[in-house]
Amino acid sequence: MTGIWITRWRRLRGHRAAMLSLIMLGLLIVFVLAAFPIEALTGIDPDEADLLSRFDPPSWAHPLGMDEAGRDVLLRLMIGGQISLLVGVLATIIGGGIGVCLGVMAGYFGGRLDGVLMRFTDGMIALPLLPLLIVLGAVDLTKLGFSAEFSHSGAAGFWRIVVIIALVDWTSIARLVRASALQIRERDYVRAARAAGAGPFDIIRTHILPNIATPIIVSFTLTVGRVILFESVLSFLGFGVVPPTPSWGNMLNNAQELVTSAPWLAVWPGALIFLTVMAVNFLGDGLQHAFDPRSEAGE
Amino acid sequence: MRGFILSRLGQSALVLLVMSFVIYGLIGLMPGDPLDVMLASTPGVTAEGVARLRAIYGLDQPLMLRYFHWLVAALQGDFGYSRTHSVPVLEVLAPALVTTCRLMLISFVLAVTLSFLLGITAALRPGGWLDGVISLGAFAGISVPVFWLALMMILVFAVELHWLPASGADTVGDGSLLDRARHLVMPVATLALASTGGFTRFIRASMIETLRMDHIRTARARGNPPWRVVMVHALRNAMIPVLTVIALSFGSLFSGALLTETMFGQPGMGKLIYDAILANDFNLALSGLLFATLITLLANLAADLAYAWLDPRIKL
Repeated sequence: MTGIWITRWRRLRGHRAAMLSLIMLGLLIVFVLAAFPIEALTGIDPDEADLLSRFDPPSWAHPLGMDEAGRDVLLRLMIGGQISLLVGVLATIIGGGIGVCLGVMAGYFGGRLDGVLMRFTDGMIALPLLPLLIVLGAVDLTKLGFSAEFSHSGAAGFWRIVVIIALVDWTSIARLVRASALQIRERDYVRAARAAGAGPFDIIRTHILPNIATPIIVSFTLTVGRVILFESVLSFLGFGVVPPTPSWGNMLNNAQELVTSAPWLAVWPGALIFLTVMAVNFLGDGLQHAFDPRSEAGE
Repeated sequence: MRGFILSRLGQSALVLLVMSFVIYGLIGLMPGDPLDVMLASTPGVTAEGVARLRAIYGLDQPLMLRYFHWLVAALQGDFGYSRTHSVPVLEVLAPALVTTCRLMLISFVLAVTLSFLLGITAALRPGGWLDGVISLGAFAGISVPVFWLALMMILVFAVELHWLPASGADTVGDGSLLDRARHLVMPVATLALASTGGFTRFIRASMIETLRMDHIRTARARGNPPWRVVMVHALRNAMIPVLTVIALSFGSLFSGALLTETMFGQPGMGKLIYDAILANDFNLALSGLLFATLITLLANLAADLAYAWLDPRIKL
């Protein structure tokens, strides 16, 4: 680790809310991973329906009770959390990758390309994303040439939601990267490198990307939170992760009817989404303060 | 001014055109086929008959050609029939459009008012306890899943307290204004809260930055009363970046409207689109999505104009 990153880490440690969120996120990861040992030790199958124990209240064997199909709520919350977090991270990496590529190209090359790419980005930002995501989620994969077997598998459901969220949620990163690249392109060291004969891809790799690393990290963090929200909404509406695979969103599928009969089933998954996204957003905010030298002045 | 408006209008029209093609293509990729529904009700149609039906409805033609025919008809105001409602699509869309616009407008005004109050209050004493509370609330606002917020509201105010109706636009047999207003309280509150968090954060940040500027210090030094400095001198400058954010928020406002309408059973565009997609009502889904895009673009356009009017640096 170079000096600047050590300084940044120190500054982040001084940000109480961000450190609290880091601990919170750590605990959440432990919580969702605990599913593996618990499943192995108790032998509970999280997907197996047991109609005799529907809506069982909390007990020692099932601390959070049973859901509408007689499945253990706690274990499904843990596994659902793995899915939700994984979708959040993967879709952010893919969407963020798209955003960084488009943003760097627009910002570095400028001119006509910049104009076209940014108009495209603006158009995308203006759209109502949720209805669009629902249509994308409803697309029949067999019509795209995938085999029927794959199209109806759990893996297809998982990757479909990762890809469709990545396809729509790259715009804020693209704009941010473009703005930063635009500034750095005019710096003297970049001009010097260009005069010395460095090609555009060398300059982007050695000068532009390292210098915009911090806003990218902040933006990626905030995107993870937004993606987790998107995933939960889509799975809740029935166009995301498909049961029996649990996700925090689809555990609320029937919550609207359950809210009268078994309200605790409606509370937990949503509370976990809320907590996770809140922690991620606080972390993003803390990172921004830690990385931005201007915030030294304090607020 | 005329050139600016014209170029923006042109841009919006282009986005709408591109979106109409994308949505048209995507709707075609949804499960099922317009013919399936017809065939299901008339068993015993031969393969030859199916092929003839395909030819009659033009389903055997390439995508571009079908899109072109649809576009020509749509431009003449013919959006086809809704399968589930058995009436022309526009007859279903028009009342839903009114419902959604009303929900969005009331929530939007409420959210903007609330976030200006909160944002300015927080910015007056950054780091103070009031700022802490407001910032925490704003963070909660951007982090909460809207549909879950709606669920919790139903749980508390409808199921536990019986204060408000859980769903629908009015009680059957009671169409009074008060009754309709009571049905709107929770949808509006949910949708407004969903945007308030983000707006408040931007207004607070923008106000803090503006209040540090030299012209504010000068205004104070000249003996202007504090409220005048904040409300007149600072606010106008702080508004400009805030307006861009608000301008870009109509898309997510519509997404939120879709959720609140679905959760609270409001007969608006969002619920219509959602139900149409679930029921394979291709025409309705397609037109619904397009009109949703259209109102978002128009709202954006309005915000753009307000922005240009507010920022003297933009020459019109």
